[in-house]
Amino acid sequence: MKPFQFNHKAVGIFLTAFYPSKERFVDLLLDLQQQAIDFIEIGIPYSDPIADGPVIQATSEVALANGFSVSELFDLLDELQDQLQKPTVLMGYGNQVIQFGMEAFLQRCEKANIQALIFPDLPLEMLEHHIATTTHKSKVPFVHLVTPNTADERIAHIAKACTNSFVYLVGNAQTTGGSYALEAQLERYAAIKTLCGNVPVFLGFGIDSREKKALAHSVTDGVIIGSAYLQAVKNGKEQHFLASI
Amino acid sequence: MKTFSHRPNDRGFYGEFGGAYIPELLHNNVEELKVAFETICHEATFNQAYTDLLKQFVGRPTPLYFAPQLSKKHHTNIFLKREDLCHTGAHKINNTIGQALLAKRMGKTTIVAETGAGQHGVATATVCALMNLNCIVFMGEKDIERQAPNVARMKLLGAEVLPASSGSKTLKDATNEALRFWINHPETYYLIGSVVGPHPYPAMVAHFQAVISEEIKVQLQAQTGNSQPTAILACVGGGSNAAGAFYHYFEAENVRLIAVEAAGEGLHSGKSAATSLLGTPGILHGSFSLVMQTNDGQVVEPHSISAGLDYHGIGPLHAHAIQSKRAETIAITDEEALEAVKTCSRLEGIIPALESAHALAALNQLNFKPEDVVVVNLSGRGDKDMNTYMNHFDL
Repeated sequence: MKPFQFNHKAVGIFLTAFYPSKERFVDLLLDLQQQAIDFIEIGIPYSDPIADGPVIQATSEVALANGFSVSELFDLLDELQDQLQKPTVLMGYGNQVIQFGMEAFLQRCEKANIQALIFPDLPLEMLEHHIATTTHKSKVPFVHLVTPNTADERIAHIAKACTNSFVYLVGNAQTTGGSYALEAQLERYAAIKTLCGNVPVFLGFGIDSREKKALAHSVTDGVIIGSAYLQAVKNGKEQHFLASI
Repeated sequence: MKTFSHRPNDRGFYGEFGGAYIPELLHNNVEELKVAFETICHEATFNQAYTDLLKQFVGRPTPLYFAPQLSKKHHTNIFLKREDLCHTGAHKINNTIGQALLAKRMGKTTIVAETGAGQHGVATATVCALMNLNCIVFMGEKDIERQAPNVARMKLLGAEVLPASSGSKTLKDATNEALRFWINHPETYYLIGSVVGPHPYPAMVAHFQAVISEEIKVQLQAQTGNSQPTAILACVGGGSNAAGAFYHYFEAENVRLIAVEAAGEGLHSGKSAATSLLGTPGILHGSFSLVMQTNDGQVVEPHSISAGLDYHGIGPLHAHAIQSKRAETIAITDEEALEAVKTCSRLEGIIPALESAHALAALNQLNFKPEDVVVVNLSGRGDKDMNTYMNHFDL
């Protein structure tokens, strides 16, 4: 059974590692295991997150100021492994995995039972370029992004590379957390879903309400909610937010 | 030894460095640009328009000036390539003219750019005024405070200057903001100012700066009877002026190419910008190159008194040239650069920019023979740095 093939429309929650503190992050991570959601995406804080909007940038800055390090995150995930029943995805930037060492990074992911990896600035071509240098062939699959503007043949090509994970559909070609009308592109989302065949398509960037979630669910396999959840965490209202969504 | 090539492969790699490390959101933008660069920039009509503007608007060719007093001081033959005489005061405009012409041909109406000290911002605002393009320049909040005259120049030229208030509020954050702006407004043209960024930017900026060494070759031939000097010195932040000054000499292996980096307060002071000496391979602003970073892959803030060299990366072409030993590196401290400003001003009657002063200061660390011919690329003039000079020299 592939970890991202659910028999219902899925919900994934994104949170930034060590935000707002290491302890609170652990609480949030454990709390999410009890919620009516399907998978968790952990963002690795980075100094120069070019694909992220202001909310996630700010959480990264706080986490870095808290002394975040990649190896400490792996140590923590190893420790918590028995308590993490829901599939966990890691999202970061290419420089972090390259500095850690592609091979070492993938091995730590396997050990921590990470189910998929997202590196938005490592597009398919560049990833292949770096993977080619590793000798240990990792089983941890990568997730790739597509946008409504991605060409059809490229979507089909990307979907093939995501057979064991999912396609991350960026709802609107913009940085994370922006607002836009999903209605305007429902047909395009549906067409993308068709192009991806059996590979699950999850829509993210800008999902902040039950209405938008329902709209996205009407044409894709699931949603990923990041900025809106982190904004709620910042305000101490994450329980309320999760119930409302 | 295999001949060094200054051209990237079809994926934009110079050896192991380069490439296009961009989110899928920028895929179409970068592809569109790649095609435009490969076709339009090699058309005769485009080149004619570019060359005409360089001549009539920028004031090219810039002189290759034999500097008698500096030559005497260093017991060799020193020529200064006078990029400081370009309109707007530095070589930066060679590139902005080329890219703005390209943007026009691509049907773009709005240009977005990043700037550190404001030199590239001013060069961009200038060509946007010239070509009737909307201009948006991102500048770190801290730099906006530090470089008020350049902010005013950009505004006078009609540009909108937007503060980058994320991260360290300097050049790297201005670049991040410009990239995000480009993601959110794909209809705009992103005009990068150095030989950095995703492919095809490093190749394109080098292409437009190559005019520097093209002229040096002709001028040296006329003045010395030999188009090949012993060595060429140029300062390197991202590396655009060095790429231009080295360009036509990369394959002439007997010509020493010397990249001069900013050591800041000292190479090992923790306040330095000498990326090729202190950096490790990593991804920055869309390309794989040498980056100053922590062991955990977080980018660290560089330091140099010269805003134009205060960058924690280096263009992939230079990373490759340095790693494959085609180019040498020398690191110059803030103090040494300031001393060179004084020397050049007093001996030659030329007040250099702080960036260019790093290249001049490197002469003190090199021993040339009396018959050698050394070209120093004087990338910019010192007007913009007068505040620093006034404070430092107590003028």
